[in-house]
Amino acid sequence: MATGNSETSGKSKAKATREKRGVPGGLWLRCEDCGETIYRKEADELMSVCPQCGYHMYLSAPARVKWVLDEGTFEEWDAELLPTDPLAFKDKKPYVERLKAEQARTGMRDAALTGTGMIRARRVAFGVTDSAFIMGSMGSVVGERLTRLIERATKENLPLIIISGSGGGARMHEGILSLMQMAKVSAALARYGQAGGLFISVLTNPTMGGVAASFASLGDLVFAEPKALIGFAGPRTIKATIRVELPEGFQTSEFLLEHGYIDRIVRRADLKSEIARAIDYCGK
Amino acid sequence: MASATYRLAFEQPIAHLEEQIKQLERTEPKSAEIHDAIRALKRELAETTRRVYSQLDPWETVQVARHPDRPMLTDYLNLLFDEFVELHGDKFFGDDRALRTGFSKLDRYKVLVVGHYKGKTLKERNECFFGCAHPEGYRKAMSKMRMAAKYRLPIICLIDTPGAYPGIGAEERGQAQVIAESMLEMSRLPTPIICVVIGEGGSGGALGIGVGDRVAVLQFAYYSVISPEGCAGILWKSHDYAGDAARALKLTSKYLHELGCVDDVIEEPLGAAHRDHHQMASRLKMYLLKSLRELVDLPTDKLLAARYEKFRRMGQFLEGDAAPAATANGRPKAT
Repeated sequence: MATGNSETSGKSKAKATREKRGVPGGLWLRCEDCGETIYRKEADELMSVCPQCGYHMYLSAPARVKWVLDEGTFEEWDAELLPTDPLAFKDKKPYVERLKAEQARTGMRDAALTGTGMIRARRVAFGVTDSAFIMGSMGSVVGERLTRLIERATKENLPLIIISGSGGGARMHEGILSLMQMAKVSAALARYGQAGGLFISVLTNPTMGGVAASFASLGDLVFAEPKALIGFAGPRTIKATIRVELPEGFQTSEFLLEHGYIDRIVRRADLKSEIARAIDYCGK
Repeated sequence: MASATYRLAFEQPIAHLEEQIKQLERTEPKSAEIHDAIRALKRELAETTRRVYSQLDPWETVQVARHPDRPMLTDYLNLLFDEFVELHGDKFFGDDRALRTGFSKLDRYKVLVVGHYKGKTLKERNECFFGCAHPEGYRKAMSKMRMAAKYRLPIICLIDTPGAYPGIGAEERGQAQVIAESMLEMSRLPTPIICVVIGEGGSGGALGIGVGDRVAVLQFAYYSVISPEGCAGILWKSHDYAGDAARALKLTSKYLHELGCVDDVIEEPLGAAHRDHHQMASRLKMYLLKSLRELVDLPTDKLLAARYEKFRRMGQFLEGDAAPAATANGRPKAT
């Protein structure tokens, strides 16, 4: 499930972007797609979309809140949940230290933000995962926050919007507990759906592994940003298994649209109005 | 069951004793001393087997779980179920051979069996991709399970897969989406579901048929978020560290139970399941019958509420400035 981890784009490319993510770097940044050097302030104003080629670059969870929700309406829920280290996990670095470093680097407690806010004056339950925090992977905290979000959306009869940016899938460092979050969140979504809730899942670059194979794929409507990498197994795993070159554009939003797994590809600038319109159509 | 021919490295002391016994048994005529020697060696063999298997490292456990002689789905179908009426096909794309479904009888219970099959011969293994199911497998499982729920046939899921298949076709046909949907569907199917990991519990491919009222693992099975090799490749940058990854992932039955992710651990015969298929099958049967007895008469709303709560409690985190001892599932923290 965590197969997508760290192999979401080309090897060196992924490394370069990861160092950049969540760090307020210099004045300039480089588009990951066309290589154009962009003035950071200009990119920020354009929601981190490349002015040259329209590529949708990394956007942090707080920036997502800013661009999707009406200004000043976000109220965070369950912010007090903190990750722990149930397995005493250690690879080259102990998980506890990794958590501390990620928290310091990103300013987040774990990979998800959840809460409520307004989208063009429609109240919604809102969640977002941030690929800068251990690849946006889902451990106990992400699973619990999303489950609480879904349960509260069920109780308060709110439309549910979750924006995924999770290349890591289920978080390896919490082992089986991470895997089980997939079942937990999916079960909560089953109840939400039965109660008549409207769930709009928005897939962004990258959404892989256990996140793609749970809540992210369970939207009544599934939107995706252009050119996002979305899939179950990581491209490197697939290549190593089948030993053939992967087709051009494999596992992109466009690929998924073509194969029937996405309702709409939505540009970042249109996301807010697209969500609002869908909510209206579904009478929520 | 004939003793296994395939030997794992740590089984050497066991193999050595077995060889000695075999040689002595071939001696004719047998003097009283030889009879005594055989008896002594057999005692030693039992002792050694018990010792070796009580000290297994997680990585060794993974190798036991993958042992080619370990009983597979078809063995259990033969040994503990009265018949198996296979139901093929997802009525959409094809008939996945890595995930098999069918009606079956277990004593007085009529059930639906859903299980992974890794294959025994090379031909079978290629046919079922060594137990890695494609989306059509999960789609088939889902449709048969829905059908079973309609008639309140209990469902028994026997999990044994390295993981869902990673390939172009699998991605094109929505591997992620079918696994997600399968978990969602299983969380609310109005019939008892019992899931047992009989060998490998490989991540999403396992969990895709792993949401039930009872989730058990065999003693030397494993259940993990990612294969040890995959984890090593990502975190250690080399598959050579699979052993370290296996130890770090806490994927063995003892930890799985301590972490609150499985309800029960089913003990294996002396020297693990591959040494005694019959005994393993009868222990599994006892567990399944006991679980069925507990579940079949439960009202559906109670059944579903308990199933939801079970998964709802899984996870460990801290809340606010609470003491680190607080865990979501109320179980002690694993050490």
